[in-house]
Amino acid sequence: MNGYGFTLSGAALVALPSGALFWPEQALLCVSDLHLGKAERIARRGGALLPPYETRATLERLDADLEATRAVRVICLGDSFDDLTAAEALPEDERLWLLRLMAGRDWTWILGNHDPAPVDYGGSHRHELALGPLSFRHIAERPEPEISGHYHPKARLAGKAHPCFLLDAARLILPAYGAYTGGMFCHEPALCALMSPGALAILTGKRALPMPMPRVQPQVRPRFTGFGR
Amino acid sequence: MLALPPSLSDWFSAKGWALHPHQLAMLERASEPASLLIAPTGGGKTLAGFLPTLAELGAKPASGLHTLYISPLKALTADIRRNLRAPLEGAGLAIRVEDRTGDTSYTQRRRQRADPPHILLTTPESLALLLSYEDAPRLFAGLQRVIVDEIHALAESKRGDQLMLGLARLQRLAPGLRRVGLSATVEDPPALARFLARHPDPCAILEADPGPDPDISMLETEAPPPWAGNGGRYAIPAILEEVRRHKTTLIFHNTRAQAEIFFHELWLQNLEDLPIGIHHGSLSREQRERVEAAMVAGQLRAIVCTGSLDLGIDWGDVDLVIQVGAPKNVKRLVQRIGRANHRYNAPSKALLVPANRFEVVECVAALEAVLAHTLDGEPRGPGPRDVLCQHILIAAASAPFEADDLYAEVTTAGPYAALNRAAFDDCLDFVATGGYALRAYDRWQRLMLRNGKWQLRDPRATQVIRMNIGTIIDTETLKVRMKGRGGMPLGEIEEGFAATLTQGDTFLMGGQVVRYEGLHELTVEVSRNPGREPRIATFMGTKFATSTLLTQRILTIFQQERWPQLPRHTAEWLALQREVSRLPEPDRLLVESFPHDGREHLCIYGFAGRNAQQTLGLLLTKRMEEAQLAPLGFVATDYATLIWGLEAVTDPAPLFDLEALRDGLETWLAGNAVMKRTFRNAAIISGLIERTHMGRRKSGRQATFSSDILYDTLLRHDPGHLMLQITREEAERGLVDFGRIEEMLGRIDGRIDTIRLNRVTPLAAPLFLEMGRVPVEGVARERVVAEAAEALMAAAGLG
Repeated sequence: MNGYGFTLSGAALVALPSGALFWPEQALLCVSDLHLGKAERIARRGGALLPPYETRATLERLDADLEATRAVRVICLGDSFDDLTAAEALPEDERLWLLRLMAGRDWTWILGNHDPAPVDYGGSHRHELALGPLSFRHIAERPEPEISGHYHPKARLAGKAHPCFLLDAARLILPAYGAYTGGMFCHEPALCALMSPGALAILTGKRALPMPMPRVQPQVRPRFTGFGR
Repeated sequence: MLALPPSLSDWFSAKGWALHPHQLAMLERASEPASLLIAPTGGGKTLAGFLPTLAELGAKPASGLHTLYISPLKALTADIRRNLRAPLEGAGLAIRVEDRTGDTSYTQRRRQRADPPHILLTTPESLALLLSYEDAPRLFAGLQRVIVDEIHALAESKRGDQLMLGLARLQRLAPGLRRVGLSATVEDPPALARFLARHPDPCAILEADPGPDPDISMLETEAPPPWAGNGGRYAIPAILEEVRRHKTTLIFHNTRAQAEIFFHELWLQNLEDLPIGIHHGSLSREQRERVEAAMVAGQLRAIVCTGSLDLGIDWGDVDLVIQVGAPKNVKRLVQRIGRANHRYNAPSKALLVPANRFEVVECVAALEAVLAHTLDGEPRGPGPRDVLCQHILIAAASAPFEADDLYAEVTTAGPYAALNRAAFDDCLDFVATGGYALRAYDRWQRLMLRNGKWQLRDPRATQVIRMNIGTIIDTETLKVRMKGRGGMPLGEIEEGFAATLTQGDTFLMGGQVVRYEGLHELTVEVSRNPGREPRIATFMGTKFATSTLLTQRILTIFQQERWPQLPRHTAEWLALQREVSRLPEPDRLLVESFPHDGREHLCIYGFAGRNAQQTLGLLLTKRMEEAQLAPLGFVATDYATLIWGLEAVTDPAPLFDLEALRDGLETWLAGNAVMKRTFRNAAIISGLIERTHMGRRKSGRQATFSSDILYDTLLRHDPGHLMLQITREEAERGLVDFGRIEEMLGRIDGRIDTIRLNRVTPLAAPLFLEMGRVPVEGVARERVVAEAAEALMAAAGLG
């Protein structure tokens, strides 16, 4: 699956290139910050009329990840919907698609700042969830160890920005899984303060690629060398 | 003939001025619905444009807006205001003249709408903004004349298309409106006349005497120009000598970065402390105004500048123009040369300074073209639809409208005269509903149809529309100022560049070396740091493409047996290229292959112009990817495409199969970086995404996501969408230019000369200095990224 495997507090986990986290022992898939219904919310608030395809793009990827991992438990780590109205306003086909993914699976919605109350989709709704040695919550709080989202971390490598996981001995922060999501570079103070020295950034893309978490702004190397006779 | 107020005629006589024939002709033809005046710089063009207005207004004009003057430059409006003051005050005419630009204060702008002057001087963007207000009909109801200055420059960009839509609107508000266009010498005056006039009105074309041929030559220097790059620094001693010998010299550069580096070096060698200033678009307004004022006061001996001084402002005393770097375009060169000796019927004096040896050839080709009176120019395409989308939004912001009326209005604009109704309706649908195949926004439409009229669903949207007016897409910049309380603003740098700076880094800004101290609320704070080598220049600025005319002339020069008209060093350089490889020929394609710096390189000398060479790079790298030749990236110039990768290409001929290239075009159009950049610009202009405003970036968190995601999403789910159509049209017209690739491949007809070498060739060397490298997202890239990540892990002891 081109994932990157690691252990956190004894739990063997895999960071998938899509930005989802897989816990094979529990057959559990965890995704964060789906921001479903984002285009609709922007339009509703009088903003731009963005291509209204981001929810299906996100569901398509989630569908593929569930298929590939055969996960039976799913944790959505908060900000699953861009707001509570967006959850209600999801078009019928997208709503049915989501319900089909949920069917037969143990599904937990962790509440986030964008979706602070339960939505009408079944599953259980929690502020946080403890499972084995791990705590799942939306915003990083206590290194217990915990798994969280919220910050949409990203890192630059070879001139290109990739959404990334951030990992240290006690904490994992997931990248945003939704299609229309911006991000925060991991050299920002908010992320540097959360992650201990020696933390890894695991880049998403075609493969999950680990690298030391960049803590300073990247430098540009000279582009060319001179030419002489 | 319309008569000037007697007091004005008296004032002219007292000054000893007689009107030029073309100025009189403007008075004679004042009642024409449209007229285009073509005159060289210094021909009193602007005054000619204003004479009918002054005649009509007379000594005691009634209140109300009579004439709108539109210029591409803010600086020009201020200059015209100053220049009009003398005759108006001298003749005692009670005519109020004011300017209105992005720099005008809020209070002043409000007052202008309530109580407009007789003559309002403004820019296309400020006019668009005025037209977006509800009170536009009242403001413009009595408008008699509109003067579009430097229309040749406006017609080269979308700013011109937007302006012509604006004039169509004005004409509806003021049916008696007469249009005047003022232009420098252009290659196709009737086309420009059709652009200006209300379709299908006729447009009178008046051509002034072009004056004597310029006195133009290439600057002779003791040191030869370097092999590549350098921005003309080698010529500084000779240039300083010329500055010393002349009263006032304008030293033009093609990019801001070059101008900065050059200015810095110039000062280091300026032992006599000749007063020399710098002027370009990235400097703060305060800085530019200081230089302009010093210039007007005759305090400067030279100004190092960029296109920001191409137009307008009449610096009276300039007696020499120096062009550093190849001029790229004969027409612009002629116009720049005209900046010297702003006296009509005196020859302008100009010197060309090639920055490197390739440019020597281009400069010679340009000199020959100027003396042969050939001008270059590509025909204008139809008005772009992203600009139309913005115009529809502006119309909606001002008042509800009927679709039929707006369509009728839009098609009176020259660039949109051939727009069909279906294309217009697509734009209207896009603005109203998003225009998606999935009709998702029925409840949240931007425009709603009520009682047969389209109007904004949410009137508060007007604010967003107004903030996004305009067709100039800037790269995102941060302000730079001196650290400390009340630190002096110095200008702006690109955000991407700012992101690479760490404390202690030095760079050039306004000709001085400054030290990066830190970022304070989106302002870059710097301190003075004399003496240290600057790390890097700060901005890329505009990049010009060399015209077809010039590239063809260069190829012709290459074919000469010997080059008596070229300096010895350049002739030797071409001879060396002929010796180690060969010189490109008009009916053959030269391809060189060589290793350099750990990568394999392929250099294709197509001479098809920057855009076509860029497309060729995209298509070839795609084919190379398929052939597992692992390309990593490429860079294109007007003459050649340089591709680098992990594998050597031994037999490039199959890569040039026209059918295969054409097949690749459609698929390729989908996924490449150039298209994404084109899409972003079109998406901003058409109002799909907003310009990024400073306040939003404060949190460190990107408030918006990359427009690339929108592009990918649309392509996958809605490939027929209007935005993608616009992006393709745009790319085919400008950035893709597949036509010139076909023309080139037809011309060479399979005659490809492949030469394998063990090192960079003299002709290929300048390509290594080109900015704007395009990465190829393929297998090789993944390999390099994975290797880079592994190396970092290993270095951190984590591997």
